[in-house]
Amino acid sequence: MTDTSVADRIKDDISTNDVVLFMKGTPVFPMCGFSAAVVQVLSHMGVKFKGVNVLDDPSIRQGIKEFSDWPTIPQLYVKGEFIGGCDIVREMYQSGELQDLFQNHGVAFKAE
Amino acid sequence: MTTIAARMRAKLEAALAPTRLEVRDDSHLHAGHSGARPEGETHFSVTIVAAAFAGQGRVARQRRVNEILAEELRTRVHALQLRTLAPDEDRAP
Repeated sequence: MTDTSVADRIKDDISTNDVVLFMKGTPVFPMCGFSAAVVQVLSHMGVKFKGVNVLDDPSIRQGIKEFSDWPTIPQLYVKGEFIGGCDIVREMYQSGELQDLFQNHGVAFKAE
Repeated sequence: MTTIAARMRAKLEAALAPTRLEVRDDSHLHAGHSGARPEGETHFSVTIVAAAFAGQGRVARQRRVNEILAEELRTRVHALQLRTLAPDEDRAP
């Protein structure tokens, strides 16, 4: 089970920020190629997001996997909803679904 | 075929009866990276085409694969890149 306080912190992060990326490293200095790839997509789209560095906190690193029922990092949340990891974000970006998702949720991004 | 790759392939075939299945070992691309092991078989790219995915969203498809490979993901496999397709979506990337 996810520790209650850890789950509460995750819930707080994803409810108070429109776009949250649980990642290894920071948006400026990602520590993993898969995290870096998602940062690159979001940055390219001009989307403001909060990066949560799971390497800073082992309880979040484990807790987010249980919270999302998803075994890997990175993990993207939009308006409190789990969107997916690196493969899903990349596929959705390429197909235009990610743009639609941000549009439908009223999240600002740069049109291309 | 290497050990972990063969085991993952067998599990995926048994659970999903895929019409196409590619398991590629990318570990050499990540040598020295955290999670890598000198003996390899830590980073994989898997493409699965299966009728079982039809009508399911991306998250549901990957959750299914992650469940099937839970033991490998927990013990050995550090990274798993996935393409999960229904048969009518299977065309060149």
